[in-house]
Amino acid sequence: MASVTEFFEKFLLIDRRWIFLAIAIAVVIPFFLPLGLPVVVTPPVQRLYDAVDELEGGGSPLLLSIDYTPATSPELEPMSTALLRHAFGNGVRVIVMTLHPAGYGMAESAILAAAEEVGAEYGKDFVFLGFKPGTSAVILGLGVNISNVFPEDAYGTPLSEIPLMEGIRNYDDIPLLISLAGWSASEAWVYYAHQPYGQRVGGGVTAVMATDLYPYLDSGQLVGLLGGMRGAAEYEELIGQHGSGVRGMDSQSVIHILIIILIILGNLAYFVTRRQRKLAGEGT
Amino acid sequence: MRRRVPLTLCFIAGLFMAVQYFIPHHNVAAAYERLLLWLQTLLAFAFLLGTVSLVRVHYHKVRDRAPDRGFSIVMFVGLFLMLGLGFFHPSHHAPNSPFNRMFLSVQVPIEATMFSLLAFYVASAAFRAFRARTLEATLLLVAAAIVMLGRVPVGDMISGKIPEATRWILEVPNLAAKRGIMIGVGLGMMATALKIMLGIERAWMGGSD
Repeated sequence: MASVTEFFEKFLLIDRRWIFLAIAIAVVIPFFLPLGLPVVVTPPVQRLYDAVDELEGGGSPLLLSIDYTPATSPELEPMSTALLRHAFGNGVRVIVMTLHPAGYGMAESAILAAAEEVGAEYGKDFVFLGFKPGTSAVILGLGVNISNVFPEDAYGTPLSEIPLMEGIRNYDDIPLLISLAGWSASEAWVYYAHQPYGQRVGGGVTAVMATDLYPYLDSGQLVGLLGGMRGAAEYEELIGQHGSGVRGMDSQSVIHILIIILIILGNLAYFVTRRQRKLAGEGT
Repeated sequence: MRRRVPLTLCFIAGLFMAVQYFIPHHNVAAAYERLLLWLQTLLAFAFLLGTVSLVRVHYHKVRDRAPDRGFSIVMFVGLFLMLGLGFFHPSHHAPNSPFNRMFLSVQVPIEATMFSLLAFYVASAAFRAFRARTLEATLLLVAAAIVMLGRVPVGDMISGKIPEATRWILEVPNLAAKRGIMIGVGLGMMATALKIMLGIERAWMGGSD
């Protein structure tokens, strides 16, 4: 028993670099040796998919606000890619914008990559409005008149000269809005676009933020929600085009299992050593 | 007078923004539209203010030869290089402009790397600090383990009950707690807004009173 306790005592003091190494291996290996774990679609993702699927090809556009920054892009970029593939695949026109200055580059690279993939034409199939500061003021302003907030697109072309924007004045002409964010932007869209203007809003957020948005999902203020890389993987599953979301699921599965094992071992070691210390204390 | 004018303006603007929802008149809508434009302009100045403040802090560090002034110099190089490329480069609008390339090749990997380090620290912290010392801690630990398993495909493979339990945790106890917090925050925000409008809370004007 003493040797077991000794082992656990040493185990509790393990150099954390060994843990870092284990995590690194657990992340990297599944990328080279995919496990191909099946992804089951959950209702919040299905609801967002259905909302996008209902949009009419060539009709009123989808407004996609790419509000994430580079830090959260590994989780959220697979969402934007899958959503854009779905929209373009159905012939849905897309207006892209961002509420975050660092989102400009993320939004532009996402929309241009997706457009190039399907041969979508700028100004006709999609438009990029760019960034405007003042989250709440921007969202409220779009409900009054889009061209008040964005008189020009990101490249300096007046909105009146862009064919896609013809007849698009405010939220009344946009059947669905989706915000992808690693901060509280999705909540802001609910507060300032859904509540005052009745705009249908969908969201995509990082896994840690998903719990914050469940109240809005339950109340119907959000039509659907993609939570973390799992959300992106489920969306990829629905559109039948696997990308980095599904690929990342293998690594995430292994990491989660590893963390749970570490927690169990940590607790086991803690209780064994504590019990031994108590017994030793009683013996003296 | 110096205090009365901003307080009066704040009261009128706050009251207008609150009551305009209930007055469906075109003049009110036009005034609301105008106020939103002013608001956007005002908020844009926050960037200018932030930049000036950043430059001042780092300028003092360089001038006073602070031990970590090297970081300040790197900040100045980054700031002015990006400002220069953004404002003065002829193709700054183009997707493959130097401004965009700098962002995608430098900023994106730096931020993604910093954020990904979290996985390592979370794993290490979970091993060292996540202990079932009390009933509450045990409940938290069990809930965390279920949600972690339920949010990855391996959870579905182990048992169909794990994703179900995850959904229950997210949609029942989590939702109840979140709603309670949100209602509390909402009431707090209303109280603070009223205090500002009525001039009880004056910290936003600066000064000591």
